[in-house]
Amino acid sequence: MIKLDAKNRTNSADMGYTEIKDPLNKVGNFLPEKTKIKAGNLNFYYGKTHTLKDINLNIYEKKVTAIIGPSGCGKSTFIRLLNRMNDFVADSRAEGEILIDENNIFGKTADPVEIRKRVGMVFQKPNPFPKSIFDNIAYGLEINGAKDRFYIEEKVVNSLKKSALFEEIRHRLRDNALGLSGGQQQRLCIARCIAIEPEIILFDEPCASLDPISTAKIEELILELKKDYTIVIVTHNMQQALRVSDYTAFFLMGELIEYNTTKKIFENPSDRRTEDYITGRFG
Amino acid sequence: MAKKGEKIKEKLIEYFLFALSLASLVFLAGIVVTLFRESLPAFRDIGFFRMIAGRDWYPTYDPPDFGILPLIAGSFLVTLISILISVPLGLAGAVYISELAGKKEKAFLKPALELLSSIPSVVYGFWGMVFLAPFLQKHLELSTGYCALAAGIVLGIMSTPIIASLSEDALNYVPRAFKEASYALGANRWETVTRVIIPSAASGIITSVILGTGRAIGETMVVLMISGGSAILPQSFLEPVRPMTSAIAAEMGEAAFGTPHYHSLFAIALILFGITFVLNLAAEMIAKKFRLKLGASR
Repeated sequence: MIKLDAKNRTNSADMGYTEIKDPLNKVGNFLPEKTKIKAGNLNFYYGKTHTLKDINLNIYEKKVTAIIGPSGCGKSTFIRLLNRMNDFVADSRAEGEILIDENNIFGKTADPVEIRKRVGMVFQKPNPFPKSIFDNIAYGLEINGAKDRFYIEEKVVNSLKKSALFEEIRHRLRDNALGLSGGQQQRLCIARCIAIEPEIILFDEPCASLDPISTAKIEELILELKKDYTIVIVTHNMQQALRVSDYTAFFLMGELIEYNTTKKIFENPSDRRTEDYITGRFG
Repeated sequence: MAKKGEKIKEKLIEYFLFALSLASLVFLAGIVVTLFRESLPAFRDIGFFRMIAGRDWYPTYDPPDFGILPLIAGSFLVTLISILISVPLGLAGAVYISELAGKKEKAFLKPALELLSSIPSVVYGFWGMVFLAPFLQKHLELSTGYCALAAGIVLGIMSTPIIASLSEDALNYVPRAFKEASYALGANRWETVTRVIIPSAASGIITSVILGTGRAIGETMVVLMISGGSAILPQSFLEPVRPMTSAIAAEMGEAAFGTPHYHSLFAIALILFGITFVLNLAAEMIAKKFRLKLGASR
């Protein structure tokens, strides 16, 4: 059984939101919040499989939104649409729209390279480049136009500090990043991501391959990053969604079943399937 | 009892396969021993340094000269020209097939490359003889088109598919996670290919270049047919040369058994073997490092 201790939590979502009475209004309409990302009638097809079905969802600025659901429910597909990583999936097609600050990222003039500079991503498995720790971060800065050595150095150090890695590796900046532990590698990936100052950070099950202590560090970091970034996190781990997120969306078989404040979803879900999932009856 | 029979059978098969794998080692050892035994008299009678530093190769004159420097220079010259052609072409092809080509192009290009590498060298040599050499002679106004350049170009074309195919494998072996990480940072395709994918595959690419070089330096038929065959220290790449392989192939038939000429040809073979052995060893060592490096990331 999952222990729900959302009651003792305080986060901004607890205060001042308008809770949705109508469970059919799954989109989310929390008035005090500013919408950063808006998915409208979003569909995704992989070959002939319809993996996302009519998703309508608002994601709020400087909040953490968790996407939960059993394997194969389309949550990873959804998050990878937000920075157009699914462009690389052969034989696939997206329909509908995703607006980031009112601009459709599937629009004709939208440039995926520019979008990915604004929407950073941290992957399920830590994936530092087989380069030095320093170069891992410098690479992102350089492809974004940074040339000045001092500027790059300062940025590298700052982002390592922000990702709470600097103290551990300050003397090893020139060592190969693959020599770091899994948790350190993942924090390096976060540092690499925030160095280029995106507006949104996507976390695709960032702790799936990490031990509990590393996981705790990453979660702490996410809560810290929330001050500056809009965060979307896909997770298998219900406690994690509860600990880090303000809003939670529950996906099942390509559909968005329920979307609300994390508190509401975990304390009093409207849909029977949501309840079954978060209490561990399936998935 | 049946179980025991099975076990014995399995053991027998194991020993049989072990013996077979030993056979290749035995052959290799046999070749090495023969090379050493037959070339030692040459080194002993002529002197190792006089041989490899000697500038004159007149094995049938009286008194004969057994300086193989012109032959070594010929080999290196044609190999150098071939590398200058095959490395850029092979790498460009590999990057194109692995990173840029669509599914259909890939399905066509990769088998085409492999077909190209399976063409017998005599066919390449023949093409060089009837087309390339006369072409060079006409357009560069040479006294003969059979020169280091012609042989180098054909060798380059021959080793391009090897380098392209092996490099393509190395590029394919780069984990998808690296590419995704790069694209997710807002890198475009060019930045991702040049700054992430190629460096990650560097060791594999170097290995492919070394193996391609080994192919060029050991190739016999092409250089025999179109390098011109003159055993003189070349002053430019437009002159005829006689690489080591073609010297052995051309002269072994006429060298009487046991003569200094005969032994010195074996000495050339030994040096050639040494060069290709070192190249293969280097390729093996780099490939091993490559596996270790990428192994750390999974």
